Amino acid sequence: MKETCLHSRHVEMGALMSPFAGYDMPISYRGIEEEHNAVRGKVGVFDVSHMGEVLITGEQATEFVNHIFTGDVAPMVNGKVMYGMMLYDDGGVVDDLLVYKCDAHTFFLVINASNIDKDVEWIMAHTSGYNVTVNNLSEDYAQLAVQGPEAEATLKAVLGIDASALTFYTFTVPDFAAEKAPLVVSRTGYTGEDGFEIYATPAVILEYWDKLIAAGVEPCGLGCRDTLRFEAGLPLYGDELTDKITPLEAGLGMFAKVDKPEFIGRDVLVKQKAEGMRYKVVGLEIEGKAIARHGYPVLNEAGEQVGEITTGYHSITLDKNIAMALVNPQYAALDTKLQVQVRRKVFAAVVIKKRFYQPKYKN
Amino acid sequence: MSNLYFLPTHEYARVEGNVAFIGISKFAAAQLGNVVYVDMPEEDDEVEAGVEFGAIESVKAASDLFSPVSGTVVEVNEALADNPRLVNEDPETNWIIKVEMSNPAELEKLLSPEAYEKVCEAEKH
Repeated sequence: MKETCLHSRHVEMGALMSPFAGYDMPISYRGIEEEHNAVRGKVGVFDVSHMGEVLITGEQATEFVNHIFTGDVAPMVNGKVMYGMMLYDDGGVVDDLLVYKCDAHTFFLVINASNIDKDVEWIMAHTSGYNVTVNNLSEDYAQLAVQGPEAEATLKAVLGIDASALTFYTFTVPDFAAEKAPLVVSRTGYTGEDGFEIYATPAVILEYWDKLIAAGVEPCGLGCRDTLRFEAGLPLYGDELTDKITPLEAGLGMFAKVDKPEFIGRDVLVKQKAEGMRYKVVGLEIEGKAIARHGYPVLNEAGEQVGEITTGYHSITLDKNIAMALVNPQYAALDTKLQVQVRRKVFAAVVIKKRFYQPKYKN
Repeated sequence: MSNLYFLPTHEYARVEGNVAFIGISKFAAAQLGNVVYVDMPEEDDEVEAGVEFGAIESVKAASDLFSPVSGTVVEVNEALADNPRLVNEDPETNWIIKVEMSNPAELEKLLSPEAYEKVCEAEKH
């Protein structure tokens, strides 16, 4: 099992540890609910060093990234970040990722830990015909996410980083030619709150972590990372995104620029737009206290299975039982009445918007 | 001789006469974190020793509940429906179901409090 550079810190602090994506990762320290509320109300810090980083450089970097990515990076301003996906030929999702544009010849990609090997292999397999170099920097970088309404003030006071000039989805452009893993700070996150993600060498990340903890910033584990992203309606690869469904079916069509002339998987999306989808990811509110977990059956009013739960929780912020589910598209309209089977019992559910919690980003 | 018996899966049976009060141990309640829902059977349902009879849910996950004894459910703890966190506050007082035992001899196969303590110690490492 792999360990991040902060592993011994987590163990010393008594974190509940569990395997995730090949790493022994902290799930919680003080408790999922306490950590979740700290991020919504103040500020928390996450060790997300398991995430993968890939650098694409070269004369045709823009053309290449546009070939493998659903977004259009050509018109992007340097210093902007864009969310999107890489797709297989059949429209299924290889991974969802962030693309950081340093300049037209330099792109920094942030990918899911569980997909690093698969992604890098897939990216490399599609470079022929393009003058680009692909560098997997996942082992060189560690990463912290500092999230919550007090994140900007915390970065300034504790780390001496003035990020006030960064707007949502922008970053400080580093010089990748001068250093292998230069410091990258972006105003991004996976919680539905304002916040930052900091990429740096393990030595720097260790120093930052110790300073943040000493300053009283709440250490947060992957447990509340999941409850926070879920409330904001953000997908997790493996739950709401898989190689079996397209971004349109995942309800993420706005991140797939089908009016871009070409990218891998585009033809399938164009066809689905014209002919319809096979599934749709929806939000559900469930009556009663039972929690609909990943994989539980979703039924129509007649009791026939029409889908399954992708993620479900008792929402900490909203105090409601909610879930995201993959259902047949005829059951995807808002206010559609459905049912969820939780073990032996069946509970009434209704389709609602999957952005359960309105994110509080700073633009 | 204690009237408290345990399964290695952290359920207890507190025995009074022919009735067993079934719940989860202090150790399990602490490991789970805040309980948000207890999925309980209904009165008159049959339960079987070693077989799942319900589930207990924390924020993160659902854990199956196994019955230490066989018998008939004579009462479910309705207070847990409205306030599942009672399980965290005092798990050994806040039982989940009350079972009229059909085969009290099954108690001999369960762990004593001392033997159960050793199971918990082993899980901490």
